Amino acid sequence: MSALLKHRELALAIIIALMIAGIGTYAPAFVSFGNILRVLNDTSILAMLALAQMIVILTRGIDLSTASNLALSGMISASLAQNSPDLPVIAYIAVALATGMLLGLINGSLISILGIPPIVVTLGTLAIFRGLIVVYGGGNQVNASEMGDVFQNFPKLNIFGLSSIFWIMAGVAIAIWLFLNMTRTGRALYAVGGNPVAARYCGIDLGRQQLLVYVLAGAISGVCGYLWVSRYGVAYSEIASGFELTVIAACVIGGVSIAGGVGSVTGTLLGALFLGIIVNALPVMQITPFWQMAISGAVILAAVVVNARAEKRGVKLILPEARRAAAGAQ
Amino acid sequence: MNPSHENPPPNGGGTVLSLGGLSKSFPGVRALRDVSFDLKAGEVTALIGENGAGKSTIVKILTGIYVPDEGQIAVNGKPVRFSSPRDSWGAGIAAIHQETVMFDELNVTENIFMGHMPVSGTKLVDWQQMRRRATELLKRIDADFSPDAKLKQLSVAQKHMVEITRALSHDASVIIMDEPTAALSRHEIDDLFRIVAQLKSEGRAIVFISHKFDEIFHVADRFVCLRDGEKVGEGLIAEVTEPKLVSLMVGRPIDQVFPKRDIAIGETVLKVEGLSNATEFADIAFELRRGEILGFYGLVGAGRSEAMQCLFGMTPALTGSVTLHGQKVTIASPADAIAAGISYVPEDRQQQGAVLPFGIRENVTLASISQHVKNWFLSKPSELDTVRKLGTRLDVRAAHWEQTLGELSGGNQQKVVIAKWLAAKPKVIILDEPTKGIDVGSKAAVHDFIGELAEEGLAVILVSSELPEIMGLSDRVVVMQEGRIVSVMSRGSWSAEAIVSAATGARKAA
Amino acid sequence: MNSPKRAAVADAGPRNLADGLLRWESILVLLLAIVIAGNTAISPYFLDIYNLSDATYNFSEKALVALAMALLIIVREIDLSVAAIIAVASLATGLAAQAGLPLPALFLAGPLVGIACGMVNGFLVTRLALPSIVVTIGTMSLFRGIAQVVLGDQVINKYPAGLTTIGQSYFIKWPPLPYSFVLFLAAAVVFAIVLHKTAIGRKLYAIGNNPMAARFSGIPVDRIRFWLFVLTGLLAGIAATLLTARIGSTRPNIALGWELDIITMVILGGVSIAGGSGTIPGVVLAIFILGLITFGLSLINVPGIVISVILGCLLIASIALPIVIRKLLGRRA
Repeated sequence: MSALLKHRELALAIIIALMIAGIGTYAPAFVSFGNILRVLNDTSILAMLALAQMIVILTRGIDLSTASNLALSGMISASLAQNSPDLPVIAYIAVALATGMLLGLINGSLISILGIPPIVVTLGTLAIFRGLIVVYGGGNQVNASEMGDVFQNFPKLNIFGLSSIFWIMAGVAIAIWLFLNMTRTGRALYAVGGNPVAARYCGIDLGRQQLLVYVLAGAISGVCGYLWVSRYGVAYSEIASGFELTVIAACVIGGVSIAGGVGSVTGTLLGALFLGIIVNALPVMQITPFWQMAISGAVILAAVVVNARAEKRGVKLILPEARRAAAGAQ
Repeated sequence: MNPSHENPPPNGGGTVLSLGGLSKSFPGVRALRDVSFDLKAGEVTALIGENGAGKSTIVKILTGIYVPDEGQIAVNGKPVRFSSPRDSWGAGIAAIHQETVMFDELNVTENIFMGHMPVSGTKLVDWQQMRRRATELLKRIDADFSPDAKLKQLSVAQKHMVEITRALSHDASVIIMDEPTAALSRHEIDDLFRIVAQLKSEGRAIVFISHKFDEIFHVADRFVCLRDGEKVGEGLIAEVTEPKLVSLMVGRPIDQVFPKRDIAIGETVLKVEGLSNATEFADIAFELRRGEILGFYGLVGAGRSEAMQCLFGMTPALTGSVTLHGQKVTIASPADAIAAGISYVPEDRQQQGAVLPFGIRENVTLASISQHVKNWFLSKPSELDTVRKLGTRLDVRAAHWEQTLGELSGGNQQKVVIAKWLAAKPKVIILDEPTKGIDVGSKAAVHDFIGELAEEGLAVILVSSELPEIMGLSDRVVVMQEGRIVSVMSRGSWSAEAIVSAATGARKAA
Repeated sequence: MNSPKRAAVADAGPRNLADGLLRWESILVLLLAIVIAGNTAISPYFLDIYNLSDATYNFSEKALVALAMALLIIVREIDLSVAAIIAVASLATGLAAQAGLPLPALFLAGPLVGIACGMVNGFLVTRLALPSIVVTIGTMSLFRGIAQVVLGDQVINKYPAGLTTIGQSYFIKWPPLPYSFVLFLAAAVVFAIVLHKTAIGRKLYAIGNNPMAARFSGIPVDRIRFWLFVLTGLLAGIAATLLTARIGSTRPNIALGWELDIITMVILGGVSIAGGSGTIPGVVLAIFILGLITFGLSLINVPGIVISVILGCLLIASIALPIVIRKLLGRRA
C-alpha cells in the first residue's frame, strides 16, 4: 500500500480502473467502446483547463479567473462568428486564443510586476472578466443559430472516433509534457515552486516564470472558450460559471500540491478523467445529477487526505533500532 | 591586477577575483564601506567578522543578488558587473549556502544542473548527458548516493555535497562556502575538509565563512576580517593567533574564559525518568537541581532537541514520567509546561523563537500573556512594565520597546526571546543552542546571563554543540549519542577528550 | 552597536504623521467619503434614510460572515465553503419549517448546521493537517451538493410569518434599522474588542505571523484554528437564517458565489492574505464601501454583473496602488 502511494499516478489509475469496472457491472452500457469515447470527448475541456491550472499551481500560484476567461474569450469568438460567419475556423480559434492570452497577461503582469498575491488578483479578475461579457455584449447572448456552420462544425469533426476537442487536448497535453520535462524553463517552474529562494540563486527569474504561466494558462482558457461555446452552441455571461473550482479539484485529485513544486501531466489528466467519469456515470447509474456536486466534493476531500498521507514527512530516525527497522522495511 | 598584498601566496596561485572598493548601503545602514581584497587560485580565504559585519553582503554581491553602490569586481583581471545570479554564475562564481537552498522534490541530477541544464541541438534538455555528468562529478567527490535520488531523501551533509557538485558542474573557479559546517557532524565535517583540500589542489579559490576558529585554523590559508562593514585586517592564517583574530573582529579583547560562578546547588527540582518516543530518543533519565546548570552535549542529530521538545510538550512521549518538586506532572502541551514552570528557548530563533513582525513588547509577553489581562482586557502598562524590567536586564539594544524584532540584530533578537521565557517565571529553563549564530559580543552577554540565572536559583538545562560553552558553564554534562544518554560527567572529573569520545565513540562500533 | 555605553530605550517610537496618513484605514475612510460624495452627486435618492436602510440588507449577511473570515485569514487560513454552508443551513431551516417545528427550532436549525459544517472544516484542517484552501474547496462542493441532493429542483418557500418578519422588518423603527444590520454592528464591536484589546486577539496575530513560534509560546494553535472554523460556520449559519427570513425561500443555489464577495470585503479591508495583519475597523470600512458602491450603482440602474466588474477593479486597484506608489517613491521594499 505504501509503495502504491509513492506512485500516486499508478494508484489513481488503478482506482479509476476499479471504478469503471464497478460501474460496468452495474450498467454494462457504460463500458461500451462508444461510451468510453464519449467520456473522453466530454472530459477534454476540463483536462486542458486542469493542465493550465497545474502549471500555475506549480509556481505556488492559482488562477481563479480561468472559467471567466473561458467565458469572455468564447463570447468574443462567438460574436466574431455572428458578424462574419464565413471566416476560416482558425480565425475564430485565433481570436479566442489571443483574447485568453491577453487576459492571462493582465493576471501575470499584476502578479509578477506588482507582486500582488495570485489569489487576490485572480479573485478580482474572476469578477471582472465575467462582467466584461455583459459590458461587451450588452447582456445579449449568442445562440447556435447565429454562429454559422464553420464555427459550430469544428468540434463535431471526428477523427478515429474522437472529436477534434479531444485531439486538441492531446496535443496540448503532449506539448505541456514536453515543456515541463524537456525544457530548461519547464524544469525551472518546478524549481520556482519548490524553493523560490534557491531558484533565485540558480539565476531563475521568478517574475518571468509567473508571467509565462499566467499567459500560457490564459491562452489555453481562451482556446477552451471557443471549444466550449462551439460545442454547446451558446455564448452568454454565465457559461462555465464556477467551473474554476472543478478545474482545481481535478488538479488536487491528480496529486498537484497546492503548496507548489509538485505535479505531473499524467496525474492531472487522470484527475480530470476521474471527475469526468463520475459526471458521466451518474445518469447511467440512474442517479439524479443532483448528486454530482456532493460526490465530487467527497472525492476531493478523499484525495487530499490520501495525498497528504503520502506526503507526510516521517519523524527523524535517530535511534539505531528505528533506523534498522526502517531499513528492513524498504 | 591589483598588487595589494606584499605577502607571497602559499600556493603561488594568480589572482582569480579581485574586489576593489566595494560599498553598499541600505536605508539607514551602511552595510559595506570601501572593501577591497583579492582571491587567489588554490587558496582558502576565511572571511571572518561578527554577525552584521558585512560578510553576507559580500556573498550577496558576489552571487549577484545585490548590486554594489560603488566599487568594482574583476575576474581574472577583467572587470565584470553582476546584475543577476546568472551573471555571477557565468563568471565562474558558485556559492554553497548556510542552509542548503535546494529543491527537495527534484532529484540530485536536476539539483546540480538547475539553471544551466545541458540542451541538445533541438533546445530540449539532454537528460542522458546530464545524468552522465552528474555521475562523474559525484564520483569525483566520493559521494555515496545516486544521481537519481530525490533530494529530500538525503541528509544535510549529502545535500552539501550536492551543492559542491553543483559548483563543480560549472567548473567554478571561485567557490564561496557560507557556514557550510553549521549543521554537520564531526565526521561529516572531516569529509567536507577533504573535499575542500581537493578543490584547492585543483586550483580553485575558496571563500570560507565560519564562526568556528578551530575550523578556520584548520582549513584556511588566508583571512580577511570585517567589522561594521569595513575591512579591518587581512593576512596569512599561519601568522595570526586566535586571540588576535577575535580582537580584530570585535575591536577590543574579549575574555574567552568563561568565569564559572560559584553557586550553591540546592534540592532536586526536576526529575525525568524513562522518557522515550518511537524513533528519536529512548530512556532519557536525569535529575536537575536548583542553581545547577546541566549541559547536554552530543553531535548534531543526537536527539537532544527532540528529547527537550518532548519534555516541553511539543511532541507526545511514548513512555516516561516527569516530576517537578516531587510532584508528578503531565505535560501534554507547551501550555502545560509553561504552567508547570518549564521554559524552553528553542534552537531556531527565526522560526521557533521570535515573531519577527511583532514588536519587542509583544514578543516578550507572548508566552505569559495571561499575566497581563486585567478585567478581560490586555493592560499595556502592565506589559511595558515587564518589558522594561527584562529588556534592561538583558541589555536589549533597541530604539524603543515597540520596535519590530525583524529590525534587530540576531543577538538582540535572542535576548528578546530569552526575555520572553523569563517573563513566564520558570523554575526550569531549557536553553537550546542559545548562542548559535550570534556574534561574539552578544555571546559573552548570554553566557554571563546564564550564570546569573543559576545564581538566582533557576535550574538550567543547556543544550549546546560547542564544547567550550558546555565545559565553561555546566556543573554536570549529559552526553547523548544516537538518541540515548551514554554518559554523565561532573565538573572536575571530565575532560574534553572523554566528552567527545562519549559523544562519537560508539558510532564507529555500531 | 558595539559601543559599551547604552542608550535608554524609549517606550514607543516617535509618532509620525505620514505613517498615520498612510495607514490602510485612513485610505479606506477617504475612499468611503469619495463613495458617499459621488453617490450623492449622482443620485438624489441616495441620502434617503429608508433607501440607505434598505441598502444594508444587501451586505449585512455577508458582512457578518466577513468578520469571522477576517479572523481566519489573519491566522493564515481561509474558508471557501461559507456560501455552501449558508445553502445547507438554509436548507435545514427549510426542513425544520416543513416539519412544522416551533419558531425557536427554526432559528436554531441554521446556526447549528453551520456549527457542524465548521467542525468538519476545522477537523480536516487541524487534525489531518491539510491546507484549508483545498479542504474548503472540497467541503464547498460537499455542502452545496448536499443541499442539491435534498432539494433537487424543488424550492422551499413556505415559511411562518414569525421567521419572515425578522428578515423583513426593522429592529427599531427610527432610524430604521433592520435586524441583520443591528446584528452585524453588534458583532463588529465584539470582534473589534476581542481582536484588538484581549489576549485572544494577540494570540491570533501571533499565529498569523509565526505559527511555529506561537506553538512554542504555549498557544494552542490548532485548537484556536478549529474554533475559528466553527465560529465561521456559526456566523454563516446565522447569515443563512437571516437570508432565508428575508427572501422567504430556499433554493440549492442560494448565496451562490458569496464566498468571493466575502473574501473581497476582508482583503479590501486590509487583511493580508498571507496572514498576521489586518483590523476589524478596516474590514468594517471596506464593507460599507462595497455596500454603498453596490447600492449607489444599482440606484442608477447599473446591472449587477457590471457592478462586480467595478468591485473587482476596486479590489485590485486598492492593493496595487499602494505598491505602485511605494515603488515610485522608492521606499524600502
